Amino acid sequence: MLKKIRVILATLCFVAITLLFLDFSGTLHHWLGWLAKIQFLPAVLALNLVVIIALLLLTILFGRVYCSVICPLGVFQDGVANLSKKGKKGKYSYSKEIKWLRYGVWVVFVIALSAGLNALVALLAPYSAWGRIVQNLLSPVWQWGNNVLAAIAEKHESYAFYTKDVWLKSLPTFIVALVTLVAVVVLAWKNGRTYCNTICPVGTTLSFFSRFAAFRPVIDASKCKSCHLCEKKCKAACIDIDGGKKIDYSRCVDCFNCIDNCKFGALKYRFAWGSKADQPAVPETASADKGRRAFLVGSAIALGGAAIPARAQTETEDEPVKIEGEGGFADIIPKKAPKRTVAITPFGSESVEQFYKHCTACQLCVSVCPNDVLRPSKDIMHLMQPEMSFERGYCRPECVKCSEVCPAGAILKITPEEKTQWKVGTATIQPWLCLVDNGEVEECGNCARHCPAGAIQLVKKVREDGKTVRVPSVEEEKCIGCGACENLCPARPISAIIVNGYQIHHKA
Amino acid sequence: MKKNIDRREFLKKTGEGAAIAGAVAMAGACAPKKTVETVVSAAANDGKDPLETGKMELRTNPGNGDKVSLLGYGCMRFTMKKDENGKNIVDQENVNNLIDYALAHGVNYFDTAPVYLQGQSERAVGIALARHPRNTYFIATKMSNFQSNDRKVAMQLYNDAFKNLQTDYIDYYLLHSLGRGGAEAFKARFEDNGVIDFLLGEREKGKIRQLGLSFHGDKQSFDEMMALHDKYHWDFVQIQMNYFDWKHADGVRNVNAEYLYQELDKRGIPIVIMEPLQGGRLAKPAENVVNRLKERDPQASLASWAFRFVGSYPRVMCVLSGMVYMEHLQDNLRTFMDFKPLSEDEKYFLDTDISDIMANYPTVDCNDCKYCMPCPYGIDIPGIFMHYNNSVNQGNFPRSKEQEDYQKLRRAYLVSYDRAIPTLRQASHCVGCKQCIPKCPQSIQIPRQLRRIDDYVEKLKQNTLSSE
Repeated sequence: MLKKIRVILATLCFVAITLLFLDFSGTLHHWLGWLAKIQFLPAVLALNLVVIIALLLLTILFGRVYCSVICPLGVFQDGVANLSKKGKKGKYSYSKEIKWLRYGVWVVFVIALSAGLNALVALLAPYSAWGRIVQNLLSPVWQWGNNVLAAIAEKHESYAFYTKDVWLKSLPTFIVALVTLVAVVVLAWKNGRTYCNTICPVGTTLSFFSRFAAFRPVIDASKCKSCHLCEKKCKAACIDIDGGKKIDYSRCVDCFNCIDNCKFGALKYRFAWGSKADQPAVPETASADKGRRAFLVGSAIALGGAAIPARAQTETEDEPVKIEGEGGFADIIPKKAPKRTVAITPFGSESVEQFYKHCTACQLCVSVCPNDVLRPSKDIMHLMQPEMSFERGYCRPECVKCSEVCPAGAILKITPEEKTQWKVGTATIQPWLCLVDNGEVEECGNCARHCPAGAIQLVKKVREDGKTVRVPSVEEEKCIGCGACENLCPARPISAIIVNGYQIHHKA
Repeated sequence: MKKNIDRREFLKKTGEGAAIAGAVAMAGACAPKKTVETVVSAAANDGKDPLETGKMELRTNPGNGDKVSLLGYGCMRFTMKKDENGKNIVDQENVNNLIDYALAHGVNYFDTAPVYLQGQSERAVGIALARHPRNTYFIATKMSNFQSNDRKVAMQLYNDAFKNLQTDYIDYYLLHSLGRGGAEAFKARFEDNGVIDFLLGEREKGKIRQLGLSFHGDKQSFDEMMALHDKYHWDFVQIQMNYFDWKHADGVRNVNAEYLYQELDKRGIPIVIMEPLQGGRLAKPAENVVNRLKERDPQASLASWAFRFVGSYPRVMCVLSGMVYMEHLQDNLRTFMDFKPLSEDEKYFLDTDISDIMANYPTVDCNDCKYCMPCPYGIDIPGIFMHYNNSVNQGNFPRSKEQEDYQKLRRAYLVSYDRAIPTLRQASHCVGCKQCIPKCPQSIQIPRQLRRIDDYVEKLKQNTLSSE
């Protein structure tokens, strides 16, 4: 019964949160956005005390149900494990806690978190990992499906679906997502919740509380016939029958598989407050699959590590824009991102530092950005955390979607009206690239015409050829850094007007 | 790019392309729909198809007694195919078939020019017509000397016409596209270099049977051309006329056809009509215009109204229509065989009631001739205009935020815009270099119109569209 409730709730949460990442229109967010906000790491980064306390209370009261129900990566692993032979037949067995790895990772995580090394934090955190996997691997499929529907809709003159460009936003992030997925699937397939109990820093954090949980599965030794069925069914490998019929509550994720399977009614999920938490006895002999597990974990870590140097080598330019045209169209050279002195972070992030300090790199904002402005950074210090760039579109004045979805407080919620008051950067002109300045055309002013802040003035200039032309100049005080000028500048591949971010955003 | 002006480009520059573009767009725009409708109307009349039993309407040229068919064949565009070298060449077989069919049904006026069809029109028409007795048709071609005022160029064009058309006389010879620049431009193109005196001499000799001009321009230049009539005696004049332009011409790029017609009528000059469908717009008007026309006569095709309007004026000798496919030709023949002129009441219905409605639609006068293309900055100019016009005409055009259905219309416009035009080719990328302007036969201020549409799209996106 308990298991059934858990499975239903977990499935609902998992599907909903995955849809949140897939729905590029951002409509689901209105109803389901809270699911991202109750994730542990985003709540910590957002300093959302209500959620943090609620989650800790939940864990102290009921154990690590968070890991079984709320965490999408945890639920995903249950799904994978269920498909595996071991999971189906129940052939797990107790294994010892790998302390050095578990607490080692946790220490690294805490240090990284306090040092602001969020790229490392994001690499380890489960919610971010799942967001990345969905955004990089699943959402292209989703969007291609959408595009098929859009093509059908177009035939029937319906506007229900519109085509969405599918493009590789960042190769390094894609590789990280792929490696994470492979590692997690392999671990889950082989041994259930290995990731959650040896790597996941959120799981480890919660374990500090779950070992004192008020409600927990308890083995009634008088009823237990030592049939080992619960142990075999335990994908967290935390029930030790031979070692004293004990359960390691630091690793138990409250999946209730043991309870539903006990034929003798020896296992009960009951109030056990105050009774000394069962400490798992350390068996003298190492369990049979210890070596294998260590190898798997080790290789997973190695894979994760290997991905980092691989990134640097495989970094490439953005894919060229593919344009379908007939004979009658001039080719358009795809834009390239210019070198920016300071990265541009979204409106509402208030400063580059605060943005990167809070961002969990879950890619939710990247998923909903309708203008293809946000993409994961390739900068090693901020790897996978988003930044803005304007090769495909610009940060449109009416859009505040990223600020609405960010669960981690990296992008604070703003309204379109507030957006016009913030300056996230400022435009700079590179006159040698400007088509008017270098004599290719007599007039242009496309940047000035499209500046939503009215920050660009066309001023008279006597060109080298003696002609008086009107070239753009930026009124820095008015410029908000939205990138309209950069995106719409006819100079290609590098625009003649580019935006550099501000370290600290301020009001215009 | 600006320096290499080829023939096609100079045609575009002068704006004469209006006639070509107009007729072609008309044909392309209305034909399939019209086929169905005219078949119905033919059956409904008396069960007889005019194509089988009807007679082509003929108009007599008072100057020389020529019996000219009211439907004239505009030879500005035929189907093309690729030759062995991948170059576009005229599909001569198709031209032969069309011209044979037209002649068999009473069409006897063929209008070409040295610049049409990338310079291949005169030759193709010549080949097709030479297979028929010379006295069964009238050839009209033009002095398209826009490229240079050099007499040599004019002579070359003139002499080539005879070779290409395989004839030793030309029935109707036009000074191509007069009007812009008025009397001054005329002086440079025809008087200073003695070309007009030469042509007058050729008329004396009978090598040119009738000498006239085609006109595009404002009122002042038209008056100046009329003043020249006393000096040179124009045997005929070709003008842009249709029920919309009768009273609603903008006065800058063109003059009310009513004025043009009255001035020519006063002088007794026979008139040849180009743009009877105003670049196809009259065959594909806005939805409520369609409703009004269909209410008035459910069986009449939209284009037939326009053709009958111009044909109803007695001084009109010939109405040109560019017919690329057999269906276009057949459809037009059904209107012009057993021709039925409009009543005064019906004319008023078109040139006032209907045109007033049309004038209120903010459409762009683009007829998708693509002469402006390729835009050096990659903008899909005609695509943007076509998308805009279609949504205006089809009535799914958001006008204001307060409007009922606004959100639905907004989404439809924005989604369909992205579907029709890739983002990088949309109006927002126009830099306003103006290289397209001289290429537009309709004299559309393309950058200004693109900006207007871009501003409109921007208002839609920002949700700030309000009724002014």
